[in-house]
Amino acid sequence: MLELTDLRAGYDRTPVLHGVTVSVPKDGVATVLGHNGAGKSTLLRTAMGLIRPKGGTILLDGEDITRLAPHQRVARGMAYVPQGQQSFPHLTTAENLQLVADGRADGKEATAEALDLFPVLRELSGRRAGLLSGGQRQQLAIARALVTRPRLLLLDEPTEGIQPSVVAEIEETVLELARRGGLSVLLVEQHVGFAMRAADRYYVLEAGRVTSSGEGGTGSEQTVRAALSV
Amino acid sequence: MTVVLNQSFTGISIGAVLLLIALGLTLTFGQMGVINMAHGEFIMAGAYTTYVLQKSISSAGLSLLVALPLAFLVAGAMGALLEWLLIRRLYTRPLDTLLVTWGVSLMLQQLARDVFGAPNVQTAAPDLLTGNISAGGVTFANNRLFILGLALLCVLGLTLVLRFTPLGRRIRAVVQNRDLAEVSGIATGRVDRVTFFIGSGLAGVAGVALTLVGPIGPTMGTNYIVDAFLVVVVGGIGQLRGAVITAFALGVLQSVLEYSTTVSVAKVGVLVAIVAFLQWRPQGLYTLRTRSLA
Repeated sequence: MLELTDLRAGYDRTPVLHGVTVSVPKDGVATVLGHNGAGKSTLLRTAMGLIRPKGGTILLDGEDITRLAPHQRVARGMAYVPQGQQSFPHLTTAENLQLVADGRADGKEATAEALDLFPVLRELSGRRAGLLSGGQRQQLAIARALVTRPRLLLLDEPTEGIQPSVVAEIEETVLELARRGGLSVLLVEQHVGFAMRAADRYYVLEAGRVTSSGEGGTGSEQTVRAALSV
Repeated sequence: MTVVLNQSFTGISIGAVLLLIALGLTLTFGQMGVINMAHGEFIMAGAYTTYVLQKSISSAGLSLLVALPLAFLVAGAMGALLEWLLIRRLYTRPLDTLLVTWGVSLMLQQLARDVFGAPNVQTAAPDLLTGNISAGGVTFANNRLFILGLALLCVLGLTLVLRFTPLGRRIRAVVQNRDLAEVSGIATGRVDRVTFFIGSGLAGVAGVALTLVGPIGPTMGTNYIVDAFLVVVVGGIGQLRGAVITAFALGVLQSVLEYSTTVSVAKVGVLVAIVAFLQWRPQGLYTLRTRSLA
């Protein structure tokens, strides 16, 4: 589905990724684990096109998208939920979704589907996104990504910094989405338990390099924990 | 009492002109953060559009009506072209943007001199707009009433576009979080260009209005551009309602000071008031941090 090959990228003169190769299986989940500063978010930002790689290629279903702008990647079926529950704070919840649905033939149905996953957003439709709680904003962020009906979803630590009562709900939704079919997921996650439960493949990232990778599933959890504790 | 009312109306009509010339800047400067020194030349382009039209359409009323949308398109196209050619390459370099657009401003002034000649020209106002209406001892000049109506119409139109249309949602989204807008599938570069088109187009409309109250000349834009920037800065960057309140407040202040002193002293008084106000509230009347545009 998505092939990141030998990616080198960073900010200005600070290289962060030193040749990272990650592959997301079709209709499957690949998770990237690693400590803070390992380059996980940079990897997703590069995959989405917010950072121009200095080397390497990005293939989406065989098409080279390395040099495409982010919105062109969205048009090809990619969606991205960045770190930190980002939203358009001065737009209402409904406007946040409408913004993405605008100009899409299936915008209405896609919005309704996304709202079915997060019913709480219906009650908050008139409220400005900046006034929502962190958990609500993260649900809005995922819903906004789903309105584009993506084939590939990039999630950057979806449960980080969110009140525990909502964490389980978001985890369940992510797992359900991944099981549904027709959607591949690249998940960046610090919680090993959740990451491995979701993963078909896992990658451990350290200082901008993949140091360990393999089949997902809870069976590999001990291996990953050991790799991360080094 | 009638003196107070008359002066208030004068102030409001000065405010209306200020509002009209500043409205486009609330988009390009306020929303996008681009200091476009050539904005005044888009005002000039709108004014010359009226002048050229009047040569082919002899009815002053009709040519004015045609000039309004045409000037919007002409100035808007110039703005979009400027954005596409130069400004989009300089978004991360505000100082260079200022210098480059200043250069463009000088070139456009010279172009106007070459095409239309250095002396100022004039357009004829339609009969309907040359008279006055008197009510309760207060005299309302028709052309001033027209400008007031036009300014309010433009504010209303811009507000509706920003608040209720897909384009408006996109403009607000790009301003609030550019990267997030881009990864949400919005072609932010195109939104920038359209925003610039509308902002510059509004300057063109202001140029049409100015032909009713003054001469048309190559440097007319520079006379208004500073006032326009002041309105946007005092109103709070990116704040439509701040610009509206500020324009009328400065207009009334100007006319009150003019009545008791002279035009120049009034100008100085207004500037001093602005400096004092910005010492107290450097962020302007409203800020995006607490309230959103439209």
